[in-house]
Amino acid sequence: MSAFRFSSRPVDLAVLRAELADPACGGFAAFEGWVRNLNEGRTVQRLEYEAYEALALREGARIIAEARQRFDVPHILCVHRVGELQIGELAVWVGVSAPHRDEAFRACRFVIDEVKHRVPIWKKEHYLDGDSGWVNCERCAADAAPAHQHHSHSR
Amino acid sequence: MSAPIHGLVLTGGRSRRMQRDKAALEYGGQPQLTRAMELIAPFVARSFISIRGDQQGEVQRAAYEGIVDVLPDLGPLGGIHAALHAQPQVAWLVLACDLPFLDAATLQQLIAERDPSSIVTAFRSSFDGKPEPLCAIWEPQAVAAVDAWIAGGSNCPRSLLSQGAVRLLTLRNPRALDNINTAGEYLAARGTLAPGARAGDAGSISLRVQYFAALRDQAGRSEETVATEARTPRELYEILRQRHGLKLRPEQLRVAINDDFADWNRPLCAGDSVVFLPPVAGG
Repeated sequence: MSAFRFSSRPVDLAVLRAELADPACGGFAAFEGWVRNLNEGRTVQRLEYEAYEALALREGARIIAEARQRFDVPHILCVHRVGELQIGELAVWVGVSAPHRDEAFRACRFVIDEVKHRVPIWKKEHYLDGDSGWVNCERCAADAAPAHQHHSHSR
Repeated sequence: MSAPIHGLVLTGGRSRRMQRDKAALEYGGQPQLTRAMELIAPFVARSFISIRGDQQGEVQRAAYEGIVDVLPDLGPLGGIHAALHAQPQVAWLVLACDLPFLDAATLQQLIAERDPSSIVTAFRSSFDGKPEPLCAIWEPQAVAAVDAWIAGGSNCPRSLLSQGAVRLLTLRNPRALDNINTAGEYLAARGTLAPGARAGDAGSISLRVQYFAALRDQAGRSEETVATEARTPRELYEILRQRHGLKLRPEQLRVAINDDFADWNRPLCAGDSVVFLPPVAGG
């Protein structure tokens, strides 16, 4: 199975962790991104993730290959949710196992940062007041702000 | 020393838009294939036609030596691939079958300004400035680039020429490479070839466009097939932006063609699948 994947249902973290088990690895680092109830001062009720999967899988696999090479770590896994999510749910999970903790931490940080910047995934927030909007798109379109602001809940 | 040149006239196209065999279309009473073979003969040591496996024995084509596609369904690049492998010591003067305005002086210019150290010598399109791969000299050393391009999953020769070591020439006769794809253009060209008439319009190509997230909401659809004269994603986005009232500006977007990131100025080919990517927000 590919090291970068999507899931339309909640994921079983024990299963993902088991995939990274390796007797030669003494360090494991993971990052979990959770759905937050507040973004830019507005109360968020729920959100939807949408992906351009054909390209996202390709770019996600490239990021993981880069991280493996750059930090010389043997095992990396990243799962991103798509579809409708509630507050508190896990939106993205990155796990890395390596002989030592330092490269595991660094590779994990690299993967989540690159995924947020490069992989074609979009998030639509539904607010308490009934309004909704695509994150990073609505305001930019309205007031001609720069395109690449990467504000998000899991920062 | 530069390699000897053989001629390759491409006749393997399925002419989906024309819905009839381009090779048999007549201009001035002569089938286009006959015209192309006669035009190329003085400039090459030998000439061949490029054909699909199922075209062997077809009457008009049987009059010429054929090189059969090795890899099916790759379009013109499949024909070029087969020729480069069939005769690895020669350079190929490759000619599409749908260039009714092509003249001997243009071929003369191509031969005279050939750069044998490049992989391809080609003209810049007078329509969009991009390389024209189907009236060009493909050197023996192009085989590596062609193989790699096909292995990478692409069969668009124009895009290949946008990347490699290509010698680009400016057309002295700017209308020489106008091509014919639809029946309407065919009829217009027949009129044009009468003395004193004007050149026909440039062709339109069919593309698949997919919309995601904010752009899908704005366009009111998740995909569509577009017939367009746009030749780059930049031109295409401007057209779609006006047609659907899209609010995102091009500088906010990225482009994907055939499921991988692409440049805004990459030449579009018929059948390409194009996506404009709104600012991403994963994680």
